[in-house]
Amino acid sequence: MAKKLPKVDVVIAGVGWAGGIIAAELTKKGLNVVGLERGEERNTEDYFMVHDELRYAIRGELFQDLSKETITFRSNEKMRALPMRQYGSFLLGSGLGGAGVHWNGQTFRFLPYDFEIRSQTIDRYGKDKIPADMTIQDWGITYDELEPYFDTFEKMAGISGEENPLGPKRSDKYPTGPMLQSPQMKLFKKAAEKLGYHPYTIPSANLSEAYENPDGISRAACEYCSFCERFGCEYGAKADPVVTVIPVAKKTGKFDLRTHSWVRRVLHKDGKATGVLYTDVTTGEEIEQPADMVVLTSYVFNNVKLLLNSDIGRPYDSATGKGSIGKNYAYQVEKGDATGYFKNKKFNNFAGAGALGMTLDDFNGDNFDHSDLNFIHGGYLAMGQTGARPIQNNPIPAGSPTWGKEFKENSLNYINQTLSVYGMGASMPYQHHYLDLDPIYKDTFGDPLIRMTYDFKEQDRELAKFTAKKSREILEEMGADHIDSMDELGPYNITTYQSTHNTGGVIMGADPDTSAVNNYLQMWDMENLFVVGASAFAHNSGYNPTGTVGALAYRAAEGMLKYSKDGGLLA
Amino acid sequence: MTEDNHLDKEEKERLSRRKFIKNSGIAVGGLAVGGALGSVIPWKKETGNQGIEKGAKGEKNYNQALMNFTQAEFKVIDAATERIFPKDDKAPGASDLGVAFYIDHQLAGSYGFNARDYMEAPFFHGEEVQGYQGRMKRREIFKIGIRELQNYSHEKFDKGFTELEADQQDEILKDFAEDNVNLSTVSASGFFNLLRSVTLEGLYSDPLYGGNVDMDGWKMRNYPGNQMSYKDIIEKDFQEIEPTSLQDHM
Repeated sequence: MAKKLPKVDVVIAGVGWAGGIIAAELTKKGLNVVGLERGEERNTEDYFMVHDELRYAIRGELFQDLSKETITFRSNEKMRALPMRQYGSFLLGSGLGGAGVHWNGQTFRFLPYDFEIRSQTIDRYGKDKIPADMTIQDWGITYDELEPYFDTFEKMAGISGEENPLGPKRSDKYPTGPMLQSPQMKLFKKAAEKLGYHPYTIPSANLSEAYENPDGISRAACEYCSFCERFGCEYGAKADPVVTVIPVAKKTGKFDLRTHSWVRRVLHKDGKATGVLYTDVTTGEEIEQPADMVVLTSYVFNNVKLLLNSDIGRPYDSATGKGSIGKNYAYQVEKGDATGYFKNKKFNNFAGAGALGMTLDDFNGDNFDHSDLNFIHGGYLAMGQTGARPIQNNPIPAGSPTWGKEFKENSLNYINQTLSVYGMGASMPYQHHYLDLDPIYKDTFGDPLIRMTYDFKEQDRELAKFTAKKSREILEEMGADHIDSMDELGPYNITTYQSTHNTGGVIMGADPDTSAVNNYLQMWDMENLFVVGASAFAHNSGYNPTGTVGALAYRAAEGMLKYSKDGGLLA
Repeated sequence: MTEDNHLDKEEKERLSRRKFIKNSGIAVGGLAVGGALGSVIPWKKETGNQGIEKGAKGEKNYNQALMNFTQAEFKVIDAATERIFPKDDKAPGASDLGVAFYIDHQLAGSYGFNARDYMEAPFFHGEEVQGYQGRMKRREIFKIGIRELQNYSHEKFDKGFTELEADQQDEILKDFAEDNVNLSTVSASGFFNLLRSVTLEGLYSDPLYGGNVDMDGWKMRNYPGNQMSYKDIIEKDFQEIEPTSLQDHM
């Protein structure tokens, strides 16, 4: 029998970016919020020994412990799904701040095209441009409607950037100026401009200068120490939930944060959520936390898992395309890249920051004509300088030996003489790509794991080839003496790292028949339940997702405040 | 990285093979460890040519002792990793950098026991894109992989791995890397890839883990290790910076 606690206004499952933002916004307005986080508490002081590639980047100190919970994966419905037993393709977060702690900080806004992708694609190219099994749909919100929330997120996090020459309209400039420019970045910029493109500095959550945000949170500037991605920031210079929104929520005295609390079910009665059931992972005790409003902010996979295990919403049926929970799982097409080898140039490749680099949007979204191309959308092209740590970065020319004398010579020679340009390819949803519950494998508490059915399609293969070709052209212009670029994308492989940009499963939209949540991320089928995160993306764009997750979280928080006053469906 | 092993690949063959081994009385803990020659070749005391007893600046290094491998296993790993990253006149190799000690220490801890991997049954052979699906833990894979290296060396050259010439060792490793060895226990290439990846870790992880002795792994590639800031050089051309390690934070 679960222990039942006194009722609160709001209970949040998962305290990362989305949960932290919502906790801050709701407690500021006087609501009592309980935040349940199954991992541990985190502080900047934890990162005294963070410059440790093995512990953090390879062994995954900050990642979810897969021995307790993973997902299962199959390429198609004919295959038997098997557990992702070790990390590879993506790196799930865990603990306070979630994956928002170990991110790089590259912070973009999705394009106006993204939010109206189906309408705009049909308008410009006709209906036949969209393959029959590609399930793109409009998001039920426009860029203009979402713009103020992007602005709020960027000001809270202190995003450092400069105007994107091809970017959509902004109500204000970035709160801090762009990051410093390394010689590599200048080389990229010059080459891209010569090719007629529009390069700009990657918008960065690693602060270019000391900054105080509108909540009164002050943070120091980035030191370019090169330990961002897969690490926590010992300076607090990289915006993460622990150094931005969570302290704001705590300061109100209205935020009850409980770590080591693993939410397992959303409880509901007569079509309304009544609270959550969670397990204290230190004692195994089951605890019921009743609440007027329930918010799921536990990353894509767990948002879907919690809904399906709680019998909420209509599970997606890939045979008919009906139902919505688990629908439109999408990812990122990031393998279309090229590496240039420079004989007579040396760079400080060991130095950098997670969001340091140059990028361009000439081949993103519908910024270019797709009439003669076998794909829609695109991706930014970029040269990042995250800091080439030595275990993971040993570039050698394609086809050369991977061990022995020649490998040693090549890897030692080239390490500071190579630069890579890559495409952040968008990922479209398909009828037979989805998330559901695995029939066999369970998590540490005996709940079914999420099963992913996903593979790359012709769209992805064509897009990756295209971005690889464009990346190669830029490196040629940069003066590389030898260039290797991707030839064929191949099948989706869960063992090789690509990105932690998993999206969909609880998608937003204007129509309850084809989406799970409305444009306040409120469940169509349960008005006091909000499901927030990249799970709401109806497809994934040619950008890193966090900026858009942040904007949607602010939008959802506004919806929750409205709902707490007036009730009812908000859209 | 994938250390796919194909335990379930040829189920039939495996079962008949297991029966053979069982009948020969060479099954250890229910797990067949025989390669082509089975486990009948005992460990011999072999004379390795790798001198790694010396630690930092010739002083005694108390970290350089074994917590997982037997001495014989250690010598095979020391020799094999040296072939993966051999010493030359410009830079040290894996042996001088303490890579075998690094691997020994890692296998004794959570990494060797796959403590943070999902190791629940049932186990099925999967597709390559699904990653490692074996039930063996890394320390078990190493134990068996080393035995298989040894067996294969005897089969091919009538000598143990550490007694071979460098080019013969390369041949053995190449056959493993390219799956030219037919093993019923672990995947030859899976074991080799695992060995290669931990070799790189041992060369380049912080010296606190036992490899990268004296930060010489970092020095040979101008990697500055643990630096608090690159703000002053980020806009500049290539700089050589003397490395520091996490020890400098204590």
